[in-house]
Amino acid sequence: MSKQKIVVVGNGMVGHKFIDTLVNDTKGDQYEITTFSEEPRLAYDRVQLSAYFSGSTAEDLAMTTPQYYDERGVRYLLNDKVTGIDKAAKTITTEKGDVESYDKLILATGSYPFVPPIPGNDQPHCLVYRTIEDLEAMTASAKQSRIGVVVGGGLLGLEAANALKNLGLEVHVVEFAPRLMAVQLDEAGGNLLRSKIEALGVQVHTGKATQNIVDGQDNRYRMEFADGTHLETDMILFSAGIRPQDELARQFDLDIGERGGIVINNECQTSDPDIYAIGECALWNNRIFGLVAPGYSMAKVAVSHLTGGDDTFEGADMSTKLKLLGVEVGSIGDAHGNTQGSLSYVYSNGAEQIYKRLIVSADNKKLLGAVMVGDTSDYGTLLPIMLTGMDLPSNPETLILPVSDGEAGGMGVDALPDEAQICSCLDVTKGDLIESIHAGNQTVADLKSCTGAGTGCGGCAAMVGQVLNAELEKMGVEVNNNICAHFDYSRQELFDIVRTKKYTSFQQLLSDHGQGHGCEICKPAVASMLATQWNEYVLKDEHLPLQDTNDVFLGNMQKDGTYSIVPRMAAGEVTPEGLIVIGEIARDYNLYTKLTGGQRIDLFGAQLHELPPIWKRLVDAGFETGHAYGKSLRTVKSCVGSTWCRYGMLDSVSMAILLEMRYKGMRTPHKVKMAVSGCTRECAEAQSKDVGVIATDKGWNLYLCGNGGMRPRHADLFATDLDDETLIKYIDRFYMFYCHTADRLQRTSVWMENLEGGLDYLKDVIINDKLGICDNLEEDMSRVIDTYECEWKKTIESPERLKRFAHFINSDAPDENLAYVEERGQRRPASEAEKRGFPGGEQAIPAIELVD
Amino acid sequence: MSDSWISVCDESVLIPDTGICAKVGNEHVAIFKVAGSGELFAISNVCPFGKASVLSRGLIGETNGALYVASPLLKQRFRLNDGVCLDDDEVTIATYPVRVTEGQVEVAA
Repeated sequence: MSKQKIVVVGNGMVGHKFIDTLVNDTKGDQYEITTFSEEPRLAYDRVQLSAYFSGSTAEDLAMTTPQYYDERGVRYLLNDKVTGIDKAAKTITTEKGDVESYDKLILATGSYPFVPPIPGNDQPHCLVYRTIEDLEAMTASAKQSRIGVVVGGGLLGLEAANALKNLGLEVHVVEFAPRLMAVQLDEAGGNLLRSKIEALGVQVHTGKATQNIVDGQDNRYRMEFADGTHLETDMILFSAGIRPQDELARQFDLDIGERGGIVINNECQTSDPDIYAIGECALWNNRIFGLVAPGYSMAKVAVSHLTGGDDTFEGADMSTKLKLLGVEVGSIGDAHGNTQGSLSYVYSNGAEQIYKRLIVSADNKKLLGAVMVGDTSDYGTLLPIMLTGMDLPSNPETLILPVSDGEAGGMGVDALPDEAQICSCLDVTKGDLIESIHAGNQTVADLKSCTGAGTGCGGCAAMVGQVLNAELEKMGVEVNNNICAHFDYSRQELFDIVRTKKYTSFQQLLSDHGQGHGCEICKPAVASMLATQWNEYVLKDEHLPLQDTNDVFLGNMQKDGTYSIVPRMAAGEVTPEGLIVIGEIARDYNLYTKLTGGQRIDLFGAQLHELPPIWKRLVDAGFETGHAYGKSLRTVKSCVGSTWCRYGMLDSVSMAILLEMRYKGMRTPHKVKMAVSGCTRECAEAQSKDVGVIATDKGWNLYLCGNGGMRPRHADLFATDLDDETLIKYIDRFYMFYCHTADRLQRTSVWMENLEGGLDYLKDVIINDKLGICDNLEEDMSRVIDTYECEWKKTIESPERLKRFAHFINSDAPDENLAYVEERGQRRPASEAEKRGFPGGEQAIPAIELVD
Repeated sequence: MSDSWISVCDESVLIPDTGICAKVGNEHVAIFKVAGSGELFAISNVCPFGKASVLSRGLIGETNGALYVASPLLKQRFRLNDGVCLDDDEVTIATYPVRVTEGQVEVAA
C-alpha cells in the first residue's frame, strides 16, 4: 500500500507538534510527511523568545533539528512559502514554484502580529516581536536607540517591554485600553500591576490612542495621541495582539470567521474535509486560541482523526500564571466576574502590594475565576478547584487569605481529587505525583526530577511538598532525615543542639547525643557547624580528626595525592607585584598553573612538604588563604564596574571586595559563591551564584540561590534597589539562616526549593523577620566575621602543626610514586600506562629543599 | 615476623582518630590511633582504586562496630583490622602488625 502524503504548511511550535506526534504514532510509518516554512529555520520555542535576550541562542530555542527530521523521513523546505492550493487536484504551489500533491493538508500557519493602521507605522525603527529575525532587528535597533516604546499593554507587550529593558533602553508602554492586561485582569489588579511595573522604571501610558508617528524633535520619532499629548522615542515595538494567518484559506475559499480565522470542527477539519487547520490560525466555536497548549491539543486531535482515533477538541482553559518584569500575575477562568449573579471575595495588601480576587457562583459553592497580582502562590490550589468543579469550603475567603503559623490554610491538598493539576507548566496531576511517590521518589527533589513538577515556574513546589508529606503519612512511612547512624537528628536539629547547649567539641556532642564512633558523614558535618558557630582554628587537635583531608592540609587534594593551592584574590583583583610573586613560586616549584572560573589562580602539584614554604612566601607577599578547599565562601566574582566601564552603574569591584573580605573563612553546609555585576549586562554572571548582586541606577538588586555545576539554576530576584547597608544586612541573615537550617552538602538552590513556602517564605524570614530571629542571625554572623584569621598564616607560625606536612613521618623522602609528563609547557600527572613506561622508580621532578 | 619490628615514631606524634604514613622498607604504611581505646592499626597507605599513597589522610569512621578509614580520593572504606574494602568485597589491602614499645610506635613488615 502506498503511503498517504501529508503536507504541513508552517513549521512553528504547533506544526512541529503535529509532525512529532504523527511520526511517533504506531501508524506513523504509513505517512510521507513534507513541511514548508517561510522562516529560515525549523520550529523553535516562541514562548521562551525573551530568553534570547538573556543569552539563549537560536539553537537553545530550537525544538527540533534537521537530523531529527531526516532520521524520521520528514522532508522540510525552509524559506519557501506556500502560496496556492488546488483543492480539486489536491496540490499546493509555493512561492518558488514548487508543486506538491497531498492526500491530507495541514494548515499550521500560526498568526502574525497586529500592527494598528497608524500613519508612519512602516518606518525603519518600527518593529514587531514574533520571530528570531524580529529579535535580531530589535537588538540592532536598540544599539542606535535610547528610548523604546511598546504599543500594547497585554501579556506579549509586557514581555516585549522586559526585552527592551534588558537591552538597556528607557522603556514606555502605551496601551489603548484604560488598564494593563485588560483580558486577564480586573481593574484593581491592572492598577496594582501598573504601579509595580512603574516602580521598576517602566513608564505606563494607558487610554492612549496613537494617531500619527512623525519625526521627533529630541528623539527619532514622536507619537501623537488622540488626546493631544505626545511621546518621543527612538524605536517603536508593536505588540498589540495577534491575527490568525488565514491568507491561504481566504484566497482558496475555505470558510473563514467574520473577524478572521480558519473555521474548524471538533476534529480540526476545515470546510474541506481533506484540509485541517491547527493552532493560532484556526477558529473553533468562534474563538481563536493564542496560547500554545490549545494548539498542541489541536495537533493531537488532528493526528488522532487522521489515524482513525476519536479524540475531539473541546476548547481549552485559558488560565495563565506568569512573571512579567518580575511581577507575579495569575488569571483563572472568569476573571472579570461576567457570569450572571457571580460574587466576589477580595484581598488587598497595600504594604506588600498584593491583590487577590475570587469570583464564585451565586450559590457560593463553585469557583468561577480568580485574579492574582503580586502573589500567585494560590494559583495551584485554585485552578484545580475551578477545573474539576469541586465544591468550595463554606468560607471561600480562606483560600486567598494569608495563612498564619500553625494553621491549616484554606483547603489542604488532601481535599483535591487525583486528577487535580498540581503543576500547570508541565501538566502533572496529584495522581501522577502519588504514583511517583509509591514508585520510590520520596523527596521533593526526586519527585521534581522524576515528574518534572515544579521545574517550570516553580510556583507549585510548596504544594508538591504537601502532597508528598500527606502521602508519606498515609503510607505510614516515618520520614527519617537523620544525618547518619551515629545521630538520630537532622543536621538542622544537631545545629540547634550545638547552639543552645553551646557544644564546642564533637566528642562531647557524640557522647551526650549520639552513639558509636562517628563516621566520614557526621564528623565533617559537625566540624562545619562548630566552625560556623564558634569559628575556632580548624587544625586544633580536637577538630583535626573531623576534617576532610582538604581542610587538614588547607589545600585541594588531586588524583595523585598532591595538593593545589589557591591564594585569595578578592573580586579577582591582583597587583602586578602579586602576580609576579605567584609566578615565581609556580616556577620555583614547577606547579601547573591555571586560572579558575572564580577569577583567581590555581597552582597544582604541590607535595605535602612543599605546602608550608610555598605559603610562607605567599603570606609574606600579603596573600591569604583562599579557602578553595573548604565548604565555605569561595569567591566573589566581579566585573570591572563603574570605575572603568562605560556602562557601569556602581562600583562592583569595591562591593565585591567588601563582600569577599566580610564573608571569607565562613564555613557553610556546602561551598557558596557570589558575584557582583556593575550593570544589567551582568558580565559577572551573578545570577548563577548563591548570592548575586547587580547594580541598578537606584542601588543594588539582590539575587539568591542560583548555582552552576551539575544542576544549573538561575538565582531568584530577592530584593531591588537596596543601599549598601541593607544589602549586607540581608546577605548576613541569608547566609546564617542557610547555615542553621540546610542539610549537609545542600547547596542554597536545593535548600530553597525544599523550604516550605520557597522564596516567599525566605523573604518573610529575612526581610519581614517573620520568625523574629534576624537579630540572632546578625549576631552569629558578626561573631564569624570578628573572629576571622588566615588559617595558613596561623599554621606556618606553629612548628608543632608543620610536622604533619611531610609524606612520611619517619623519612624526608618524597612519595616516589609521583610521576609527571610535560604537556603544553607544563607538567601533569602521568597516566598509569605512562608510569609503566618510566624507568623503575625514577623521579620525574626534582625534589625541592624545605626552606624555613 | 616479630624479629623485624621497625620503630617509626614517638607515640605522642599520633593524634587520636587521625593517621600518619611511615616508610617501612619499600612499603608505605598508614598508622592510625583510635580515640578512646587508643588502639593502633596499620594498613597499606596506597588506595587501590586511586592508586595513590593517601589512606593515612582519610577520615576514620565506624559502622556496626567495625572501624574503617574512608579514602580521601573517592571515599571507598577499608576496614582497619583486616584491610577488607567495605564497598567492594573483591578488594583487600595489606595490614601490618603494629605495637608500642617504650613509647615508640613499631611496625612489622
